[in-house]
Amino acid sequence: MKNEIIRILQQNARISNTALGEMLGIAPEAAAAEIKKLEDEGVIRGYSVILDDDKYDKSTVYATIELKITPHRDSGFDDIAKIIMMYDEVESVSLMSSGAYDLAVEVKGSNLKDVAFFVSERLSTIEGVLSTSTHFILKKYKEKGIFIDGEEPDERGLG
Amino acid sequence: MIDYDKVLSDKIKKMKPSGIRKFFDIAGTMEGVISLGVGEPDFSTPWVIRKAAIQVLERKHIVYGPNKGLAPLRTEISRKIEKKHGISYDPDNELIVTVGGSEAIDLALRGIIDPGDEVLVVEPCFVCYAPLVELAGGVAIPVPTRIENSFKLTVEDFADKVTERTKMIIMPFPNNPTGAIMTRKDLEPIADFLRDTNIMVLSDEIYSELTYGRKHFSIIELDGMRERTIYVNGFSKAYAMTGWRLGYAAAPEPILSQIAKIHQYGIMCSPYISQNAAVEALTSCDAEVAKMVDEYNVRRRYLVSEFNRLGLTCFNPEGAFYVFPCIKSTGLSSDEFCERLLYEEKVAAVPGSAFGASGEGYIRISYAYSLKHLMEAMGRIEKFLKKLEAERNEG
Repeated sequence: MKNEIIRILQQNARISNTALGEMLGIAPEAAAAEIKKLEDEGVIRGYSVILDDDKYDKSTVYATIELKITPHRDSGFDDIAKIIMMYDEVESVSLMSSGAYDLAVEVKGSNLKDVAFFVSERLSTIEGVLSTSTHFILKKYKEKGIFIDGEEPDERGLG
Repeated sequence: MIDYDKVLSDKIKKMKPSGIRKFFDIAGTMEGVISLGVGEPDFSTPWVIRKAAIQVLERKHIVYGPNKGLAPLRTEISRKIEKKHGISYDPDNELIVTVGGSEAIDLALRGIIDPGDEVLVVEPCFVCYAPLVELAGGVAIPVPTRIENSFKLTVEDFADKVTERTKMIIMPFPNNPTGAIMTRKDLEPIADFLRDTNIMVLSDEIYSELTYGRKHFSIIELDGMRERTIYVNGFSKAYAMTGWRLGYAAAPEPILSQIAKIHQYGIMCSPYISQNAAVEALTSCDAEVAKMVDEYNVRRRYLVSEFNRLGLTCFNPEGAFYVFPCIKSTGLSSDEFCERLLYEEKVAAVPGSAFGASGEGYIRISYAYSLKHLMEAMGRIEKFLKKLEAERNEG
């Protein structure tokens, strides 16, 4: 049940309790209670919206920044990650297993300069950050399983 | 000038084009149509299968291959049937790999029918059986199933249709378009009836992997039925491999060795690349199939509840990927319903009558579509039904 609910919500978190209940074979109230439980347990952390920025706000800039870090002696990478994630500009922070860098940070800014300054003035200056490497995102094709561009037409037959 | 009417065979001219096709030809000319019509998975063929095909293209010499199919594939098919049903078929003499389940059906019919022979066709059913029976010179005798029996076949449905010319009964379960399945208990009386006859069963089990809540049971598992059954299955529906055109038939050696000749002369061999890739499907894709079945199941529950909520009684299908709601309460024929639904709300569905006279009063809705797509379509159908209701109240 849990896996099915999450699979459905990942496709469309705005689905009504009635429709969700129908898909699961339970009453709408029971569907609502299942979601509440997942929220209370902290399994579901929130709901967001996936935008086509080309249609919404063409000037928005996204970048992925690779950070090399010296871990703190007691807390490893967590302390630095927690500092970074406090910034509103930061969309996501992930610890990577790559040998080349340690943290991947996704940053959003209203223009190129904003992002570049954010990296040089905010991220690079954090104690323990050894180096940064910034990659600007030119175009998003798919995000969180949703096609933003490049959906193929349905060419199926009739069998 | 050449007179094509004189050139063409009467048999072909009399053959009606598929009733499914009509609506899609219209839909194709309209903008913004949302289709619920297709009978093939919306999922892509699992990547490991596609990768296997790419490797074949890169590394192998693409050749005809043996008439009855590649040996490793026949071995895997034999294993698969044995694992599923506990019945074994000799890969060398009792199995043939065909161009889709469709070709396997055609082989079975042409191999069995002499002019005037009768074939019982359990309806509602996929559109190909009766025309192929007639093409082989036979007479298709419709055997309607009824919603009161959950569209299952009962002995009463066909016992009085059996004559001395009856050669075969075609049993398509899990069923397209109704989604009905046959359990061991449902099949036992049918096997009891057929056991002492010379009537063969053509068991089209192309949807056998797609059942919800219980495992598919095959008639070949019942005593004495393996010897009188031509078992047909394929890769299209279970592995989302429709375009690869690959199916198979299993039958006792005396039958298989004969029908294989039709394939030998007409087709030669099934696509070589597809056959190589299909080995991968049988050996490493069980988890992928299970994932697709889970997803279909969510959609199935959604559609059944939605149609019932909207007042169109919908039988609870346990297999395939179709629901078959009853539209009799609207007062429209299934043809009229689908035509108006298409023109007025731009939703394409298939009238039940395309699947035999007993499908009249129903429509076939495929759930081989994403939930998003299905929800949009149900919104339009709800609007359409409200409009019909308003019309009825005025009139």
